[in-house]
Amino acid sequence: MRRVGIVALNTFREAVRDRVLYNLVFFALVMIAASILVGQISIGIEEMVIVSLGLSAISVIGLLIAVFIGVGLVSKEMEKRTLYALLAKPVRRWEFLLGKFGGLVLTLTVNTIAMAVGLFLALSLMKQSGEHLEKSVLVAVYFILLKLALVVALALLFSCYTTPLLAILCTAGLYIAGLFVKEMRDFQSDTMSRVVQSFLRGLSYLLPNFENFDVMAAAAHGRAIPGALIAQNTVYAALYCAVVLAAAAAIFTRRNLK
Amino acid sequence: MATAAIEIENLTKDYPYGFLHLKKKTSLEGLTMSVESGEVFGFLGPNGAGKSTTIKLLMGLIFPTAGTARILGKPISDISMHADIGYLPEQPYFYDYLTAAELLDYFARFHDLSAQDRKARVDRMLKKVGLETARKIQLRKYSKGMLQRVGLAQAILHDPKVVILDEPMSGLDPVGRREVRDIILELKQAGKTVLFSTHILSDAEMLCDRVGVIVGGKLRGVGAPDEIVGMKAQGMEILFEYTGDSNGLRGLLSKATQTGSRYRMQVAEPDLYATLQQLCGAGAKILSVSQVRATLEEYFMHLVEADRAQAPAVEVSGK
Repeated sequence: MRRVGIVALNTFREAVRDRVLYNLVFFALVMIAASILVGQISIGIEEMVIVSLGLSAISVIGLLIAVFIGVGLVSKEMEKRTLYALLAKPVRRWEFLLGKFGGLVLTLTVNTIAMAVGLFLALSLMKQSGEHLEKSVLVAVYFILLKLALVVALALLFSCYTTPLLAILCTAGLYIAGLFVKEMRDFQSDTMSRVVQSFLRGLSYLLPNFENFDVMAAAAHGRAIPGALIAQNTVYAALYCAVVLAAAAAIFTRRNLK
Repeated sequence: MATAAIEIENLTKDYPYGFLHLKKKTSLEGLTMSVESGEVFGFLGPNGAGKSTTIKLLMGLIFPTAGTARILGKPISDISMHADIGYLPEQPYFYDYLTAAELLDYFARFHDLSAQDRKARVDRMLKKVGLETARKIQLRKYSKGMLQRVGLAQAILHDPKVVILDEPMSGLDPVGRREVRDIILELKQAGKTVLFSTHILSDAEMLCDRVGVIVGGKLRGVGAPDEIVGMKAQGMEILFEYTGDSNGLRGLLSKATQTGSRYRMQVAEPDLYATLQQLCGAGAKILSVSQVRATLEEYFMHLVEADRAQAPAVEVSGK
């Protein structure tokens, strides 16, 4: 695990030195600041507007980073052949992969914390936020992080065997599909055969369920988020990431570098 | 007898190509060779001959279609042996957001070295490859030659027993090439095994204990540079002095190259005795008679041309 840590820290260092990342975080903070202005003209629902806009900004910026940088984690190293010298060291390919994943998740964590601090500052300016609201916003931010880790794992998996563009499309496609798994599961139609319905139901269990991570509405209304859901989402994200990363490692370990 | 540091047996690499990947191009075909411990081995061949493919196979960057290879007695799939190997990729490219010192420190961390040891080694290596003053500059600002030096430094940073260099002279100016040659010689003196690929034949002749010539994915010859070229006799060279009338040796002088009163000419080995008699009879003074040995370049070109005549080139991506 020491070698995984070395790769992860270097991946984090790469992100820290990448100016694009700062621009994105800056953009998110501007969005949060703007939400205060929007909140001012939303009589009675200021906090709701700020929380909704703030969490959306954190989620969207995080997703952009997770997909675009996530796909580039391995493909860029293969394209530029920076990987060659590294894999000549006593490093296993799965250690490299896990390190890359860890590095980007660390980067996303730091970014998300920075943006969440911005959101809480915006909320504190309203001076009305209750303890419930703050707690549920915190949980919502945590869920965004879990979701982002899952997206990074998927981006890594796709980038291990396809082109960067296709990997971006596949990751984004799977994310969007993952937002509608409940609908897919419960979908009933007379025009659809039983086989297709069973297939869709089966598929809905295989697809990553991103719907469960969306507690933005509850957070915006200051509703408490049950502890069971927090535990369930944590375990789900950890297990799903483990499976996806294991698949990515299995593919990457057998791949001929060009 | 010396033990083999690198043993390659029947190593083959096919690359599928075409829309359905049904066709295949053989990049390396049944390569069997060994590099003895402590020797400098030059891997020669034109572009696309299979040199880099062999090296990538040894480093586990690509996987063989058939055959096996062992380095320091361990199979190439065993990552632990990488602790004793140094590798310089062809046209190396490194993380351009790092400085040379940061990059070397990063790579050194994988070798379980203490922070103090890492710093000392990084300093020593940067000095060795002449990048002391550029140590704090990000690699994105480095020239190709400077990157090559960084690549060499990272390859030998951890004091490996076997050093594998893919085109180490590429992109270097004459000074840089000289420095790389010196480093390879230093490694040899330190008892390291060095395998390097090149198509700069003079470097191979100068540095290598043995060379292997690979053309079209097949190994065409292995041996000491002077041995390998000695396989093909080129005739005899006579150096003589003659100040007499040119009519006396009209036939012979037309074949000779003249420098002042000295002449140099080549004859086939069976004609040597008769030619010498004719020269002596005409009053020429024989200065030397020596065997004409083919250069490594001539041998190399002979093999390349023979291969080209056999099979037209097919270009296939190694992806």
